[in-house]
Amino acid sequence: MTSKHTGIESSLAIAEAVRLANADVIAAYPITPQTHIVEGLAEMVANGDLDAEYIPVESEHSAMSACLGSSAVGARTFTATASQGLILMHEVLLVAASLRLPIVMTVANRALSGPLNIWGDHSDAMVTRDSGWIQIFVENGQQAFDQTICAFYIAEHPDVLLPTIINVDGFHISHVIEPIAMLDQKTVDGFLPPYKRAITLDPDNPATMGCFAMPNMYAESRKDLDIAVRDSKKVILDVWRKFADLTGRQYKPVERYKADDAETLLMVMGGYSENAMDAVDKMQNEGKKVGLVRIRLWRPFPYEELAQAVSGAKNLIVLDRAISLGGPGPVCSEIKAALYNSGKRPQVAGIVGGLGGRDISPADFEKIVEIGLEHIKAGRVDETLMYGVRE
Amino acid sequence: METLSIYAPKLVTNREYIASGHRACSGCGEVLAVRYVCKALGRNTIISNATGCMEIISSPLPETSWEVPWIHTLFENASAVASGIESGIKALKRKHGYTKEVKVVAMGGDGGTADIGLQSLSGALERGHDFLYVCYDNEAYMNTGIQRSSETPFGASTTTAPAGKDSMGQHTWKKNMAAIAAAHNIPYVATSCSSYPFDIMTKVEKAIKVKGPSYIHILSVCPTGWRCPSNLTIKMGRLAVETGIFPVYEIEDGKYKLNIDLPGLRPVEDYLKLQGRYRHLTKDNTAVIQAKAIEDYNRIRQLAGLKAIK
Repeated sequence: MTSKHTGIESSLAIAEAVRLANADVIAAYPITPQTHIVEGLAEMVANGDLDAEYIPVESEHSAMSACLGSSAVGARTFTATASQGLILMHEVLLVAASLRLPIVMTVANRALSGPLNIWGDHSDAMVTRDSGWIQIFVENGQQAFDQTICAFYIAEHPDVLLPTIINVDGFHISHVIEPIAMLDQKTVDGFLPPYKRAITLDPDNPATMGCFAMPNMYAESRKDLDIAVRDSKKVILDVWRKFADLTGRQYKPVERYKADDAETLLMVMGGYSENAMDAVDKMQNEGKKVGLVRIRLWRPFPYEELAQAVSGAKNLIVLDRAISLGGPGPVCSEIKAALYNSGKRPQVAGIVGGLGGRDISPADFEKIVEIGLEHIKAGRVDETLMYGVRE
Repeated sequence: METLSIYAPKLVTNREYIASGHRACSGCGEVLAVRYVCKALGRNTIISNATGCMEIISSPLPETSWEVPWIHTLFENASAVASGIESGIKALKRKHGYTKEVKVVAMGGDGGTADIGLQSLSGALERGHDFLYVCYDNEAYMNTGIQRSSETPFGASTTTAPAGKDSMGQHTWKKNMAAIAAAHNIPYVATSCSSYPFDIMTKVEKAIKVKGPSYIHILSVCPTGWRCPSNLTIKMGRLAVETGIFPVYEIEDGKYKLNIDLPGLRPVEDYLKLQGRYRHLTKDNTAVIQAKAIEDYNRIRQLAGLKAIK
């Protein structure tokens, strides 16, 4: 069922996952560093390897809008984007969630203009944070492949029916050729149920989708959606368990690495966590009590898992790969808010780094830990530091 | 009236697909146009509707006027949503045993079509999706309170291009959406008007029969925004056509045909003087509009292979 490892670019592995999921409609617009995914899919459709309608739209706004239409008639729908593309479709993202349309999208995370920068960071994902989409971060090509298959299952589950983003670091994951264990068609067919929704745009059972809501109804609609997003975690955990049974690869909302006896925890989201692991290995060899916590599930936010994962530590150093201009780093501020009322909580230092594709090497992570600890010691935890910036 | 009630049901279905009880203003020409469009479309239709008057009057949660499947998402994307619906159905037919013959229709007002939705419309027309786009054009952003659009006619006063001491209101000419649609080399383009039910219905029936994109631009009288009595809706639309201000024609595979061919035009003043939005116009302004109406009307006549009129 699981094939041997194949050396393949992560973007093409994602395209292969979409092919295996037998997507019906792909609507996409080119943008770096996502483009290899939809080029791969276009090629599959052109060669007859994937029977799907490929809509080469004239903008990302229309890409997501076309996805609304196809998902609303009951077609399995995929798109991919990044950066400016994601924020151009932002208006449509909120509607996708509110109409409960289970579109699956890869975001090859990239910095936002200005200045224009095509390289990776998480600024785009942070803008999308409150849109009602399930958001999952991955750390390598294998995870990108696995989570793309899982995403269709999660999104289209009748208890969920929410659009889902798989965040894949632009270039650092999207363009890397890795050994990836693919699944075969039979295995995916056995794992992934067909997309069937109770209400579609159907002349035999005409439904009205997208009513407007007056003040007496709007809040209830939003509350309903909020409950749906929160409750989706149960299904996400269930799908990941099933996937682990199938492949042996178990995913969790918050994952720990050598964190059991750590006094200080680094917290990283996305692809840079692999460099952080190397740094943790080295620091632990040197006798330092430093471990790593990685956030995989960004929405719905995993409150319990997070509190559990960090409860034993004294210090928590959170890396944000996005900047909230004039405010705290977006991940760090959420972590602080989530921990504020918990009895046992570490001191938290937030560090912004890795913006616009700047590398954070294992050696950099060691320095980040040092700086974070100094910061905590000095009691300056309200400040947000930027790492590696020339001043 | 009595004879009409005997004969009309023989000519038009009495089935309604946009139910009464909606919240349109009295005398609304748009909802009239949409009603005729839906009658011609019939039940096997999916509508993607842009934000605007027609959406607001018909879908306050948890109520709906729509008796066909209907989706509203945003202002500028009705055509893109329609392209997704059309593609989705194509894939379902090929892969999942879907057998229904469904007509996909996108609809929007002049703002949702000619301004904010133009890119989405152009993309969907260019890609050749099998769908009909209907623009019900009431010549301004009426839903938000009569702001000018690129379809607002020259000389009309709106809340964002008001007439004043230094301004005669709108100083640009109405954008020619039919020509823009036709420039995409699509098989069927037409104009019509809310005062001509049979013209609308015939054109919708034609449009849905063609394979590929089609576009119908319907001038829809808005008593609220045009500042005219609501009992003059039908008369006002007829005057727009009879003065040559809004020619009713179709473009089939690039060939123009004037559907309402008039032996002579009424003076534009007959149309302008009944509307508060033109109240401020001087004789000179009216003369400019008169000359342009004849020029534009004759251009369509020429394209349709007809002699110019004076």
